[in-house]
Amino acid sequence: MTGALQRFLPLIVTTAVLVVGFLLCAAQFPNFASWRVVANLLTDNAFLGITAVGMTFVILSGGIDLSVGAVIGFTTVLLAVLIEQGGWHPVPAFAVALIAAGGFGAAMGGVIHVFQMPPFIVTLAGMFIARGLGFVLTTDSVPINHPLYGELNDMALRFDFGLKLSLPALLMLGVVAAAVVLAHWTRFGANLYALGGNRQSAELMGVPVARTTVAVYGLSGLLAGLAGIVFSLYTGAGYSLAATGVELDTITAVVIGGTQLTGGYGYVVGTFVGVLIQGLIQTYITFDGTLSSWWTKIAIGVLLFVFILLQKGLLVVWAGRGGEPAEA
Amino acid sequence: MTASTAPPSAPLLAIRGLSKAFLGVQALDGVDFTLRHGEIHALLGENGAGKSTLIKTLTGVYQRDGGTVALEGREIAPRGVEEAQRLHIGTVYQEVNLLPNLSVAENLFLGRQPMRWGLVDRGAMRRRARAVLQPYGLSIDVTAPLGRFSVATQQIIAIARAVDMSAKVLILDEPTASLDAQEVAVLFKVMRTLRSRGIGIVFVTHFLDQVYEVCDSITVLRNGRLVGERRTAELPRLDLVAMMLGRELEAAAHRIDLGPAEVDSRPPLASFKGFGKARSVEPFDLDIRPGEVVALAGLLGSGRTETVRLVFGMDRADKGEATVDGRTIRLKGPRDAVRLGFGFCPEDRKKEGIVGELSVRENIILALQARQGWLKPIPRRRQEEIADRFIRLLDIRTPDAERPIQLLSGGNQQKALLARWLATEPRLLILDEPTRGIDVGAHAEIIRLIERLCADGMALLVVSSELEEIVAYSRRVVVLRDRRHVAELRGGEVSVERIVAAIASETPNVIASESTAGAGSGAEVRQ
Repeated sequence: MTGALQRFLPLIVTTAVLVVGFLLCAAQFPNFASWRVVANLLTDNAFLGITAVGMTFVILSGGIDLSVGAVIGFTTVLLAVLIEQGGWHPVPAFAVALIAAGGFGAAMGGVIHVFQMPPFIVTLAGMFIARGLGFVLTTDSVPINHPLYGELNDMALRFDFGLKLSLPALLMLGVVAAAVVLAHWTRFGANLYALGGNRQSAELMGVPVARTTVAVYGLSGLLAGLAGIVFSLYTGAGYSLAATGVELDTITAVVIGGTQLTGGYGYVVGTFVGVLIQGLIQTYITFDGTLSSWWTKIAIGVLLFVFILLQKGLLVVWAGRGGEPAEA
Repeated sequence: MTASTAPPSAPLLAIRGLSKAFLGVQALDGVDFTLRHGEIHALLGENGAGKSTLIKTLTGVYQRDGGTVALEGREIAPRGVEEAQRLHIGTVYQEVNLLPNLSVAENLFLGRQPMRWGLVDRGAMRRRARAVLQPYGLSIDVTAPLGRFSVATQQIIAIARAVDMSAKVLILDEPTASLDAQEVAVLFKVMRTLRSRGIGIVFVTHFLDQVYEVCDSITVLRNGRLVGERRTAELPRLDLVAMMLGRELEAAAHRIDLGPAEVDSRPPLASFKGFGKARSVEPFDLDIRPGEVVALAGLLGSGRTETVRLVFGMDRADKGEATVDGRTIRLKGPRDAVRLGFGFCPEDRKKEGIVGELSVRENIILALQARQGWLKPIPRRRQEEIADRFIRLLDIRTPDAERPIQLLSGGNQQKALLARWLATEPRLLILDEPTRGIDVGAHAEIIRLIERLCADGMALLVVSSELEEIVAYSRRVVVLRDRRHVAELRGGEVSVERIVAAIASETPNVIASESTAGAGSGAEVRQ
């Protein structure tokens, strides 16, 4: 099974980093190894995890989506305006937000496909547009005081052994699980990997390139919208500047999780682990108390660099071995 | 030629009067092509013959301008690859158009995965993948990424996919170009099996040995026109090569007799012994003396370009040794070759040669500057002197040296490229198709230039498809076939007929056997 080992190596390394990191933290701080810390890790990073799943799909297909942070910010503002100023019930507001975010992503996918434009540029434009639309709605931070928000925030799944999973944490776990199925047990998932492997070959093999491109950016937008809902629950407010730079955090999580930026190789689970590693570093700095929070960025930067080197190294090693004998 | 399937009345595929033009250039002009059930049919032709246009018209990449295409008697006009696949026309290209990042099973079933309860049934997909590959003698881990397997295996997987999607017509576009002899044998076995199942195979290749080994019929195209269709068994090699090169052998231009093939006793400038590289070109011996033009002749894909790439260090030889001035050298890359005083004008000057945005002067100065190292810039004055000298010397038609080179005509670009290497005063200059794509006038000038350069003591190694041209300027011709140096003609032996005969020769070294003592060291007959 060396083949399987080889394929999963980036994922294994990422997971090992998470486990070792957690153990080191636990060794330094006696009360680190608790269900409470785990639950908070999941809750605090839920919006990031949900967004990163969409980003994983986009990157697997060979693209990139820089608009997700801005879409999260816009979604929180839209919700706040609809609920507080428009007097809407949160549930229809959620629906509108999801449709708007998904539609926005799908529109970007359409532009990318029809005009054959680089996703980097199209989604960069999308980022400015979404951020700007948020400011058009309101420039203030609008608190959301609807009773349903309180109820949703109190909702949690409690386990006998002491773990308490909040709604955002549950949503993230659900999204990750659904994404794993989507990636590996549907034709859409296979088409994504095909597109990221080689667009031209995929087209020659009959992959519906247009539909897949629109769908993957639509999905990324939809998940960013869902992340926006989670973010508004988490902060209890809508603010145009919310989630600035989250697109870069999600890309980081995807890369640390072993997905190649050039597309075609990677796993959703890896991204999930990548999100948790980022969360772990943040938690460590909170526990320490004396370190500047900027150390988070430095640690993540170093980690990102190391992981990219690792991927490159693995590629070189594999290429060096060349094709294996055909007949086994 | 198996008759296991009863021949139906209509041929499997009947193309009549097929025409296709691009921007006024007639790529295909009234071409007929007939493929029968259970037949392997070679489609042959040199550069620009129209083979790939024919294939792309069949597979729906291009739409034809005129003519008819009938599949089992029914008129078809596929508008895309998918439609062609639905019409049972499958294609496998030289560069395998599968996805290296997906598993073998996923590649076989992409877009038609077995489903259960709305989800892909991965277990069934694996089982069916194994079953699909089994007749091809491939028992491999179908969950491993395709990219981990050799090109040969990938090609068979591509064929398996095409056939499993119920292909009746299978087009193999140079499938053997990057395979070794053993892999080719496996592929041929697969092709013969498919033939016995009644599938018609169109086989595009440059290897004549392979044509004679596996094909039932041969259709030859030249310059977009049909030259003829023959049964393989009834077409001698010499006639085939003549068909491909398009010349009446009797009428071929003769050259004034240069006297007997004298043995040149001068010490060679560069000498290659048993030089070769697996999957590129078989080991060869080659001596090049100062003031000599050595030409490499052969059909497209015969290993000419591969040979010069090895000599210039662009590819690294894995066998043999090279000596320059009697000293053993190692060519690790073009930089080493340049340091030894080698120069190289590549075949594809747009891609590998000129830098379009830079001026004529900058293009001419490029190689000289690279050899000096970028830390020691050549003074502007000196650059201008050099550029002006070569513009005058080679008669490069440009208003001034500062004009971007992409605005010049093909012939003048070629001359500027030549100037680039002449500026470095090379001792050995390699020219790959120096006269391709340039007008007749410039053609003659470049040939005159080649002769003058040699008179000055420079050695030239020239690759050319123009046999008359080779005969005009070269007194030593190395003939290649199927990636092997098969003959070396010297002095009075050099003639178009003898080159053609050597290309067509069935076994190496039958032509001019006395003068190929060195050329055939690695040339045992491959079967």
